[in-house]
Amino acid sequence: MDKHISSQFDAELTSVSSRVLELGGLVESQTRHAVYALAKFSSDVADQVIATEKQVNSLEVEIDRELSSIIARRQPTARDLRLLMAISKITTNLERAGDEAERIARMVKLILEHGGPRTLPASELRLAADLACALMHKALDAFARLDVNTALVILKEDDLIDAEFNGFVRKLITYMMEDPRTISPSLDLLFVAKAIERVGDHAKNIAEFIIYIVKGADVRHSSRDQVQAALE
Amino acid sequence: MPDTQPTRNAIEVRKLDFFYGKFKALKDVNLDIAEHRVTAFIGPSGCGKSTLLRTLNRMYSLYPGQRAEGQINLYGQNVLDKGQDLNLLRAQIGMVFQKPTPFPMSIYENIAFGVRLYEKLSRSEMDDRVEWALTKAAIWGEVKDKLGQSGLSLSGGQQQRLCIARTVAVKPKVILLDEPTSALDPISTAKVEELVSELKKDYTVAIVTHNMQQAARVSNFTAYMYLGELIEFGQTEQIFMKPARQETEDYITGRFG
Repeated sequence: MDKHISSQFDAELTSVSSRVLELGGLVESQTRHAVYALAKFSSDVADQVIATEKQVNSLEVEIDRELSSIIARRQPTARDLRLLMAISKITTNLERAGDEAERIARMVKLILEHGGPRTLPASELRLAADLACALMHKALDAFARLDVNTALVILKEDDLIDAEFNGFVRKLITYMMEDPRTISPSLDLLFVAKAIERVGDHAKNIAEFIIYIVKGADVRHSSRDQVQAALE
Repeated sequence: MPDTQPTRNAIEVRKLDFFYGKFKALKDVNLDIAEHRVTAFIGPSGCGKSTLLRTLNRMYSLYPGQRAEGQINLYGQNVLDKGQDLNLLRAQIGMVFQKPTPFPMSIYENIAFGVRLYEKLSRSEMDDRVEWALTKAAIWGEVKDKLGQSGLSLSGGQQQRLCIARTVAVKPKVILLDEPTSALDPISTAKVEELVSELKKDYTVAIVTHNMQQAARVSNFTAYMYLGELIEFGQTEQIFMKPARQETEDYITGRFG
C-alpha cells in the first residue's frame, strides 16, 4: 500500500497488523498442538494448548485497544477504515478459533480421563484437522499480503473441510450403531470434529474480510457466484 | 447522512471553464447540486474548489481579468448570461466567507442592511425579519438583548453565525459557505455544523472545506477536485467508504503528495 503523508500513521497500522499476525501465529500453533494432542492422546500437549489461551486473550484485548486509539486519533477513511474494521473482525475470529483449539484439548483430556476406547476413529479426524490448520495458515498469509486470489481459494477449500466433517459424522454413527458402549466417547469425538470444522469456518471468515479490505465488497453470506460478481 | 434520495437540482454546472487571466483554474466541470441537500467540495489548496464556489454567484465579476465559460443553471436560468442582474443573483445565492465579516454596525443593522437593498419593509416587519433570521442562524438567544451593540463585539463563532443570519435574511435559494469554520474553535464549529444541517431543510447548501471530516459529517454529496478538475463526485458515504477513483482514495486517506 502507498505510504501516508504521516509516517507515524503507517507505523501504527503496521504495528496493529503485525500484532494480528502474532495472534494468528499463536492460534495456528494452538490448533496444531491440539490436533497433535488428539492424535497422540497426549495430556501434556493438551495442557500446553489450554495454557496458551491466556496469551491469546490478552493479545486480543491489546489489539482492540490499539484499534480504538487509531480510530480516535486518525479518523481513518476508505481503505484504512476498512482495514481497521476488518482487523477488529479478524481478531475476533482468531480468538474464537483459539477457543476451538482449547475445546479440542479439553476433550482430549476428558477422553483420557474416561479411559475411552482408543478403537474409535480419532485418527480419521487427522485429514480434516490438517486441512483446517493449513487453511488458517493460508488465511494469515493472505492477510499479510492482502492477497485476494488466495482468499478466494480459501473460500473454496473450506467446503472440503465441511465434506470431511459430514463423512466423519456418518462414520461415527456406524460405530455407535454397532456398539452402544462407544456412544459416549463418540459424542466426545463429535465435539472435536465440530471444533475442527469451526476453525475452518473462522479461516473462511478471515478470507472474506481480506476481500473486504482490498475490494471494498462485503461478501459475507454470499454465494460463490455473488462473490465472483462482486470482484468484477 | 441518509438524505441522498434524488431531489431536483438547484444548480446544474455544465462544461464550466474558468480563467484567471491566462491561467485556466477550472477545466470542464460538470456537476449537479441537489436542492435541500448539502454538497461539499474538498481538495488540496489551489484545486479550484473556492473558485468554483465563487463562480456560482459570480463573485469573480468583481475582479477584472477573471472570466467563466460554460453554463451554471440556477433552476434552469444560466447565471453566466450577460443579462444576469448580479444583485438579484447574490440575493438568490448568498455567501459566507472563511473569516467572519460583520459590518461595523449594530447587530440589528447587520441583518437589516441587506434586506433593505431588496425589500421595503415596515419597522415591525423588519423587526420580525431580523428576529427570524437570527433564530434561523441559531444565535437569537445569545443576542436578543443586545441588538444595538456592534456586530464586532461578538465572539468569532457568534460573528460567523451573524453572517449566516445576514445571508439567510434576504431569503436566498442557495447558500455558499467558503470554509466557514476554519477560523473558529471546536465548539463554535460544532454549532455552525449543526446549523448547516438545519439550513438544508429550507435552503440548498454548498460548502468548501479543508477539513475532510467536516465534509464527511455535514454533507450529503461530496465533490473531490484536483488541479481544476472534478475528479470524483458522489454520495458522501460512498466517497468516504469506497471511493471509485484512486486519486480520491489517496487524498481522503492522507496519502496525497
